[in-house]
Formats: sequence, structure tokens, C-alpha cells
Amino acid sequence: MSIAIQADLHVAHSDEHEHHDTSGNTLFGFWIYLMTDCILFASVFATYAVLFMNTDGGVSGKDIFELDFVLIETAALLVSSITYGVAMICAKHQKKAATLGWLLITFALGCVFIGMEVYEFHHLIEHGNGPDRSAFLSAFFALVGMHGLHVTAGLIWMLIMMVEVLTTGLTNRSVTRLSCLSLFWHFLDIVWVCVFTVVYLLGAL
Amino acid sequence: MSHAHSSHDVGDFAASIKSYVVGFVLSVVLTAIPFWSVMTHQFDHATTIWVVVITAIVQIVVHLKYFLHLDFSKEGKLNTFSFLFTALIIVMVVGLSVWIIYAANELMM
Amino acid sequence: MSFFGKLTLESIPYHEPIIMVTLAVVGVIGLVIAALITKHQKWGVLWHDWLTSVDHKRLGIMYILLALVMLIRGFSDAIMMRTQQALATNGAAGYLPPEHYDQIFTAHGVIMIIFMAMPFMIGLMNLILPLQIGARDVAFPFLNNLSFWLTTSGAVLINISLGLGEFAKTGWVAYPPLSELAYSPGVGVDYYIWALQISGIGTTLTGVNFIATVLKMRAPGMKLMQMPIFTWTCTWANILIVASFPILTAVLGLLTLDRYLDFHFFTNDGGGNAMMYINLFWAWGHPEVYILILPAFGIFSEVISTFTSKRLFGYSSMVWASGAISILGFIVWLHHFFTMGSSANVNAFFGVMTMVIAVPTGVKLFNWLFTIYRGRLRITVPVLWTLGFMVTFTIGGMTGVLLAVPGADYVLHNSLFLIAHFHNTILGGAVFGYMAGFAFWFPKAMGFHLNERLGKASFWCWQVGFYVAFMPLYVLGFLGMTRRINHTDNPAWNFWIYFAAVGAFIILAGIILQFVQLYVSFRDREQNLDTTGDPWNGHTLEWSTSSPPQFYNFAKLPHVTDIDAFTDMKEKGQAYQREQAYQPIHMPKNTASGIFMAACITAVGFAAIWHIWWLAIAGLASAFVLFLVRAYDNDVDYYVQPDEVTRIEHAHLDNVVRG
Repeated sequence: MSIAIQADLHVAHSDEHEHHDTSGNTLFGFWIYLMTDCILFASVFATYAVLFMNTDGGVSGKDIFELDFVLIETAALLVSSITYGVAMICAKHQKKAATLGWLLITFALGCVFIGMEVYEFHHLIEHGNGPDRSAFLSAFFALVGMHGLHVTAGLIWMLIMMVEVLTTGLTNRSVTRLSCLSLFWHFLDIVWVCVFTVVYLLGAL
Repeated sequence: MSHAHSSHDVGDFAASIKSYVVGFVLSVVLTAIPFWSVMTHQFDHATTIWVVVITAIVQIVVHLKYFLHLDFSKEGKLNTFSFLFTALIIVMVVGLSVWIIYAANELMM
Repeated sequence: MSFFGKLTLESIPYHEPIIMVTLAVVGVIGLVIAALITKHQKWGVLWHDWLTSVDHKRLGIMYILLALVMLIRGFSDAIMMRTQQALATNGAAGYLPPEHYDQIFTAHGVIMIIFMAMPFMIGLMNLILPLQIGARDVAFPFLNNLSFWLTTSGAVLINISLGLGEFAKTGWVAYPPLSELAYSPGVGVDYYIWALQISGIGTTLTGVNFIATVLKMRAPGMKLMQMPIFTWTCTWANILIVASFPILTAVLGLLTLDRYLDFHFFTNDGGGNAMMYINLFWAWGHPEVYILILPAFGIFSEVISTFTSKRLFGYSSMVWASGAISILGFIVWLHHFFTMGSSANVNAFFGVMTMVIAVPTGVKLFNWLFTIYRGRLRITVPVLWTLGFMVTFTIGGMTGVLLAVPGADYVLHNSLFLIAHFHNTILGGAVFGYMAGFAFWFPKAMGFHLNERLGKASFWCWQVGFYVAFMPLYVLGFLGMTRRINHTDNPAWNFWIYFAAVGAFIILAGIILQFVQLYVSFRDREQNLDTTGDPWNGHTLEWSTSSPPQFYNFAKLPHVTDIDAFTDMKEKGQAYQREQAYQPIHMPKNTASGIFMAACITAVGFAAIWHIWWLAIAGLASAFVLFLVRAYDNDVDYYVQPDEVTRIEHAHLDNVVRG
């Protein structure tokens, strides 16, 4: 639903004299959407906090978390935040080639993150520690997987934006959409800070 | 369509980059400290929890300021206040949920 | 797995005569409507001017139509339950077997809350809020259309469950472990999950849309503390929507994972904790009741101040009381499940918070009383609903404070006392409010008045019927009768059960009278036209437009300097001014993207319910493609030219002079 607001971008109109300045409305609307996403994540975090000890005789976080692996995932996502930031600054300064280049690097880093997460999930399921094993693993897969799905959605969106910038250039519309994606991408990094803190670090203690 | 780019948020190229770099460096430090303290067992259990939680909260604030550009300016304060309201709701919903379930669990032990 | 998943011919309940007759009746009505549309050649109008419309006023009317249709469905369920209970006393079985009866009470709850009250509230908000803040539309008009169709999508799914498969037998809250696959293996709970999930996302988007609208699109000069009170209470409701509906999305998502992928969030085995579902459900569910009631409070405030011809007493205390209710509404949810047996501290905290919330509500009641004091209250239909509300809701509020005492709640939990209490507040509070708003704004939306006599007759049936139907439930609750009982065998209860059934039929008379009122008013519309646009001598900007409003709302955006902006304009002689020249007006074009996308999403929901995975994937992919097409469509807006604006405005102003 995040992108549905985007579709309204050039229809929204605030004032008869400045109805071209619609990007403010779009960005604000998108920000409110992100707030709903925050609460969505918070609900699942609460569920994780309630269920993480319910291992039903199976593995606990301490048994399965590999922090050096998580550290690399974290690094990929954190670096992708600054590369997206640079892409965004280039976009605002109408540097098309540079924008595309930085977006591509961000995209690659995002893929690294998702690839590692898929590997981790696959590894766990292969060893009989899938989400159907215990409430703890259900909550773990749901929480980390939901973040992963968001990142995947962000990557698809980024791909579409790269095509858009490539074909139509950095129009007002593209820059606004890139700004929304920027909010989305940085927001996911914040969620990841919560994930590695609550799930991995506190879980590995 | 290009006239829209004359709006307030373009700013100086170098200054914008610098702000991101500051945020990035702070984030790296604030990520390294908790991972290091957990992986090397530097402190006792309770201290480690405090270190991990506090660095996480500080890092979130850093991200909000340097990457999401939340501030209390005239244009930005709506976003900031909506975030603060959301944070309040999250604290209430998560905090009270955990309290409710843990208190019930205790009685069932 | 077969091509159609779990769906077979056996899924049609053709051995159930009640359902088959209902379906036949619905089918015949559908055919009659289709024939009438064909006869009057209105298919084009229906499609181009309504179903694909992005105009908030038309979407508002469609929301209210949806609510009225679902009111009929939900009320049919109600009358079936009341008659079943009245027939099934002294050990008799009645006419509804338990597995059918259980679906009926679940459907009644879900439909009345999610598909009657919510669309009614959102419909009135759509219709009025942008007009009240002097805006030409909402911030995201296409998104508004999509939200409506997603809500409808959920309503469609729930109605399909009548003829294909079954609905949930869990009660409208669908508590696990009963709602888990182990105990509800049928498709009923899946219908429940997907209907709520899809319409819930539509509602969340509405909340986002209206918050952006209110904060970014107010008329020049209008400060936040000058927004009309209905706009304010809707804004609080939208804040609650945005803050609470994601919790519902999350908890339904987790239940979905449990049922579809064998997760263990709320199951008995695997370390699941069913109480977490109940906890999160009510963390949404309690704010939800304030989402329903706050806009109704706004309507009552508008009605009272308009029909006393006075400024609302204590405007800012009203705004802040609504804010206090919104925040407090988020920290009281445990009172729905005191009996889970959490610690005494937990119960005490939530009990006290629940009692505290009565304080800002009391502030509001006094504000309304003080507004009436020394005013000349014109007794119209909206005022009758308001006065009825003030008495009825106060009783409901007091029984609520009683239930807030954990000790008392342990006795009354899940008894008919509780049922009486929440009908007392939701029906006597929220629904009475929507009825007041319906009568109040009907001339604005449609351009003609409702028949006053039939409106009053309908009100009295509702009001009397309400007391006859629900006061006995308080007694039955004290006598120990629990909710959701299929048949009884207790002579002490019989009298009150029969009494309540009579009440349901009196309310039925009220509903029939309302539809008669609509028919008569439509038939006589030429004699009852509202030519001025301001039939009640209104205070706020919606009354400054024609009835129905011009599609662009305002030819020139008003400049606001007062809470009662239109009264202020009338007093200063600035109302109804003829402009020499108008500016071109930028407007969004209608689009079929919303209805098509929602159709795909409906298919996804249906496919997920019946495990038809190819259809689910195809539906999702189509919705995404449709979305991309919309996102890259450059032909989405146009300009209304000044000569057309001049023509429309002058025609309206000529009408005003004649009126």
C-alpha cells in the first residue's frame, strides 16, 4: 500500500495558486503510512517479546544465532543507507548518471542482505528449526521475515525507479518518488537496528 | 517540471554529503559497540543489556536526525510530532502487552 | 490439490432452506435492480459518474449505501437470533441449529462493526470533512477510491460466505485456540480473516489520506483550532485508525500464518500463547470503538449548535476531551479480558484507566447541555436523535463504568449484561449519531429534504425499540444468562427473552420506516428541493456550497477567520458573493484503476480462502500490473475552465436569491 500513495502524486492538489507543489503532500502522506508500518512492526515485536522463551523443548536464540553473520548483514544494510543517501542528494542536484550508479550499488547491497537472510532461513529449516517447530521460531521467522519482505519490496521499487529515471530522467515526479523510497529505505534500517538488538544481541546473551 | 527543484530541500551538495557521513560514522560506532560487547563478553550480563539497549536507542535517534532528517523546523515538525506520537503508542502497546502477559505467566507458574 | 483448491459443489449449502431462500431473494432483488438500470439506461452513468469516481462526495454516498445494505444484512441476523432465542426456551430446539446459529452471531458482529458502522462513519466523513475545511478534495483522491473498493471487497467476501462454504462460528472476535485450524478446520475463519484484513487495509489508507488532508489542505487562514468540531473528532478518529488498525493487520496476519503455514503463535501446542491474540485483538478493538463514537460526538455537536443557533459551548474543551479520549482509549484494552487472570496490579491499572475515560466523556455531555441552555432548540429529526443519544448513551456509559470494576466484571463477563452495555453505547451512541448525521446532511448531499414525519416516526421506533430490546438483557445478565446461547431451559429467563424479541421487531419497524422515508422523500423530491444550500442556517463551510455541492466544491477557496466560518461570512455580508472572474480549477479525473485493483484483491482473498493458489498469484500479479499502469498514467487530471465555473456559480446564486 505504500506505493498506492505514490500513484496519487500528481493528482493531489493543495491550493489553487500552488497546485504544482504536491510533493509535500505525498511525502507527508507517505510518512504517515510509515508510522502505520512502525506500529505493525511493534505488534510483531511485542509478540516476539512474549513468545521468545517458548521454545517447546527446541532450540533457543542462543543455540542458533551467529553474530558474525548478522554483523555482515547489518554492515550491508547500513552501508546501503549511506549509498542511498548519496543517490538521493545526486537526484536532487539533477545528476542522472551518478544517481543511477549509487542506486545500483544500494540495490546490490540490499540483495546481499536478502541473500544472506534467505541463506540463514534455509539453513535453519534444513536443520529442523523451521517456524513450525516452536512459538519462539514462529515469532523469529515472522519478525525477521517481515523485515525481509519489506526490504524485498524496497528492492523491487528501487528497480522500477531505476527504469523510470533511465527512461524519463529526473523529473519532479521521479524525485518525489525517490524521496519516498528514501524514507522507506532508511526506515527499514531503523527497524533492523531494533531487530538485531532485540532478537540477535539480546537473544545471544 | 524542473521548476520544482528550486524548493528548500536541495541545499548545498557538500554539506548534504557531510551530514550523511557524520550519521554513518556515528551509526558504525553505535553498531560496533553492542556487537563487540556481546561477542567478546566484556561486561557482566546486566551491564551488557544496558549497553546494547542504550546504543540502539541512540542509534535510532541518529538515523532519525541524519538519514530521515527529522527536526523541529516549521516544515519538519509535523513529521517529527507524528513520529513522537507513534513512539508513544508503541511504548504503550508493547510495554503494556508485555506487562499483561508476563504478569499472567507469573501467576501460572 | 485440485484445480479449484478446496472448492467443490458440496461447498454450496443447498440443503439449508433458510440460506437458499435468502440467496434466491437476493438474486431476484439484484435482477430487478439490474433491469431497472437497463430500462433507464443508467449503466454508463453508474460506471462513469459513480463507480469510477474519485469525488469524495460521491464516495461518501457510496460508503453510506454500502452501510445501509449491510445494515439490512446485519439486522436480519439480529432478528433471527432474537426469534431463535424466543422460540428455543424451556428446552425447545428452535429453528436454527447451533452450527448455523453460531455463524449468525459471528456474522452479525463482524458486519455491524466492520461493514455497517465503519462505512457509515467513513461515508459521512468523506461527504463532509473536505467541505468543512474548505478543500476541493482529499489529499489523495485515487487512494480514496481504492480505500472504498477495498472495504467493499471485504463486504463482498463476507457475503459470498453465505452461499459458498460457511462463515466463522467463533464469535466476532475469533479467539484462538477455537479459531485455529485444529478446532475450526472449515473455511469460515478464513473468510473472517480475509474479509477483515482487506477492508482493514482500506480503512488504514483512509486514515492516512484524511490526516494528510486535514493537516495539509485546509482553506487559507483556517488554524487547527478553527476547524469545525466534526472535522476535529474525525481527525482524532483517523489518528486512532492509523495507530490501531496496523495492530489488527498484524494479529490477523499471525493467525493466518498459524492456519496456513503451521506456525505456533496462538496454538495450544508448540509453546503458543492464545492470550497474545486476545491481547493484540483488543489493543485494536478498544480504540476501534472510539473510532466509531468520536465522529458521532462531532455530529451531535454540530447538530446541537446548529439547531440552537448558538456557538458550541466549550469548543476547545471539546477538542481536548476528544484528544484525551483518544489517548486513554489506548490504555484500557485489558478490561475486555479481566478474567484472563493477570495480576491484581494489571487489573487495577486498566480498571482505573477505564473509569478515568468517563471524565472527558462527561465533559462533552455537559458541553452539549450548556449549548442547549437558553438556546431555542428546534426539534427536528437530527435533534431527536441527539436527545435520544444523550439519555441512552449516559446509561450505557454508566454500565460501562460498572463493568470497569474488575470484581464486578468477573461476575458479568460474557453475560448478556455486557451485550446490553455495548449495544447501549454503540447503538445508542455511534449509530444514533450516524442517523443524526444522515438526516442533518441529507439535503446537502442529495439536494432535497427528507420527509420529517416519517423521520420522526422512525426515530421513535428505534428509541422505544432499543429500550424494549436491550433493557431486558441487563436483567438477563444479572440472572446469569451468558451470551451466544442457542437455546435455554430456565423459566426465570423466559419473560425477558420474549420481551427483548418484541423490541427487535419495534426496531425493525423503525428501519422499515427509514426506507419508506427514503422512498417517499425521493418521490416528492421536486416539492422539497433545497435551493439555497443552507437549509438549517448552518455554521460551517459545507453550507456555503449548493446542494448537492458543485463537483469542485469551492469556485474560490474561502478565507477563514472564525470557528463558525460560514456564520462569520454571513454576518460580515461576505456570503454568496458573485465573482467577476474565476480561476481555472485543477481537478483529478475519474479512474477505473481502483475498482479493478480491488476486484483483483477480492480474487486473491477468495483464492486464499479456498486454497486456489494459481488464482491467488494471478490476482496479486494483476493488481500489481494495474497499479503500475496507474502510476505511469499521465492523463490523470484536467482543468475546469472559468466560463464553466461562472455558469455553475451564477446558476447557484440565482437559485439562492429566488429561495
